[in-house]
Amino acid sequence: MTTDEKTTLSTLPDEQRTPLLKRLTGANTLWIGLVLLVLVATFGAIRPDAIFQVTTLQFLLAETAVLLVLSVGMTFVIITSGIDLSVGSVLVFASVSSAMAMNAVSGGDATNAGWGVIAFGLLVAVVSGAVWGLLNGLLISRAKIPPLIVTLGSFGAAQGAALLLNNGSNVSGIPDKLNRTFGSGTYLGIPNIVIVAAVVTALGALLLSTTRFGRYTYAVGSNEEAARRVGISVRGHLTKVYLLAGTLAGLAGFMGNAFFRVAVVTGHETDNLNAIAAVVLGGTSIFGGMGSVLGTVFGVFIPAVLEKGLVIIGVKEFWQPIAVAIVLVAAVWLDQTRRRARNQR
Amino acid sequence: MSQPLLEARDLTKNYGTVEALRGASFTAYPGEVVSLIGDNGAGKSTLVKCLSGVEQPTSGTLFFDGEPLVLDSPNSARDLGIETVFQDLAVAPDLDPAANMFLGREILKPGVLGLLGVLDKKAMRRQAAEHFTRFGATLQSIDVPIAALSGGQRQSVAVARSVAWASKLVFMDEPTAALGVVQRERVLEVIKRVRDEGIAVVLISHNMPEVLSVSDRVEVLRLGRRVARFKASDTSVEELVGAMTGALTQEDAA
Repeated sequence: MTTDEKTTLSTLPDEQRTPLLKRLTGANTLWIGLVLLVLVATFGAIRPDAIFQVTTLQFLLAETAVLLVLSVGMTFVIITSGIDLSVGSVLVFASVSSAMAMNAVSGGDATNAGWGVIAFGLLVAVVSGAVWGLLNGLLISRAKIPPLIVTLGSFGAAQGAALLLNNGSNVSGIPDKLNRTFGSGTYLGIPNIVIVAAVVTALGALLLSTTRFGRYTYAVGSNEEAARRVGISVRGHLTKVYLLAGTLAGLAGFMGNAFFRVAVVTGHETDNLNAIAAVVLGGTSIFGGMGSVLGTVFGVFIPAVLEKGLVIIGVKEFWQPIAVAIVLVAAVWLDQTRRRARNQR
Repeated sequence: MSQPLLEARDLTKNYGTVEALRGASFTAYPGEVVSLIGDNGAGKSTLVKCLSGVEQPTSGTLFFDGEPLVLDSPNSARDLGIETVFQDLAVAPDLDPAANMFLGREILKPGVLGLLGVLDKKAMRRQAAEHFTRFGATLQSIDVPIAALSGGQRQSVAVARSVAWASKLVFMDEPTAALGVVQRERVLEVIKRVRDEGIAVVLISHNMPEVLSVSDRVEVLRLGRRVARFKASDTSVEELVGAMTGALTQEDAA
């Protein structure tokens, strides 16, 4: 026992922790943020006129807002070492049922409906999302069916149910008021839908990093048995996490309605994969126990920026999925190497 | 001797057709280190699981401070001030030592933030640091994930966590099994220090010299039964091994 090895904690003032800079550089959140910054800078340098245009940025942000909300929920799920394949279908289900509910209480067409109807639509969207989330959560935590299978099931079932609701067609009649305010409205140049997504994301980040709920989310993903032995209700917590993911998918469905002015039944088949990719790109470990909402924000924007940027600089946009795939696989490979190195001690 | 703190009488535990315990008894007195030894398969781990509420015995009775006791979950044992260091540690490797120590017992911020479930991380870090120092856990830094620590440091964290919350009794299932010489010594120091604070320690170990050096008493299990009890000061490794292998039995032990 050498003296320099024995830096007991009593000699450290209680605030002396790993220095901030070291903590930051040790986290992959920082690196993934840098990747995003480099992407923006590169595209910006090539075509500053097109990239830094207000409308380009507004559109980029608004299009990404819905995926961001889905990905925040997915972050919690993946940190518990679970997966949720159903988010896109739940989004569609919530979107369709909300639009139909608004139409129903407005006598068939909600285009001119007021705030009361809109609030009702929001409630329907959030509750229907929550119900799917709860179903997922109960099947995973109580029936002990692997999350992959449960949510693969609800992925199909929610999509099918959404198609059944309106016989497979899109639902129009979204209130104009909703679209004008939350869909296309802006505040200080920022699309309102982006503000909603930003608020949701900030709340999600706080929930994950500062509360007991967040702490238990990490603990369950890190070592379920350890969590159980210290008396954490693992089943209850898993149920809540999938409930959260479903609720956010419901909210995302409502945001989609506001933005597109129609409840679309197609085009969300790969939302689940996009959200998973965003979360994993953002440094959240697919094996659970590690991750952050901030990382997920970066992870959401990297594919979005790539797509927009490649189009603007004239590269075929078909390169975008290839580029994202490479970054994604590299991110997981990095995560795995780090874990292996760490666990060898 | 004084009144036993925790006593088990004639416990049996069946897993299907396997009888892990066949009428095992066990006694721990307040403020002593008692070692529970036995060959592999003697039922030590099962007995500890029954005594710490992880498993429920098929039959038999437990007494705590002389009162009959039913432990239906680890939480009910914990409520009595009984903690366990498990053989497989059971820490969350991605959380830091302070988070692990307070896992399931988080300190919340005062006021409204606390009602919202916001953690007081600073307070937890400070208390954890004090505590680790007191129990000789040497960590370079308090905010790295447990997985980044060496096996010995991980072990110290697991041990320190349990003794932090135990007010009456700590079970330690082979706490030194994976440790180097220095760390082994340190864990034994911790065991003595815990006892000096008046908390009983039940040590499960395969290392006979270690058992003799740290224990006040030794109880021996063989084939799911208590076969012998010794005072550590007047027994020897030969005697312990004899009892474990069945070469020696005490009639009054069971």
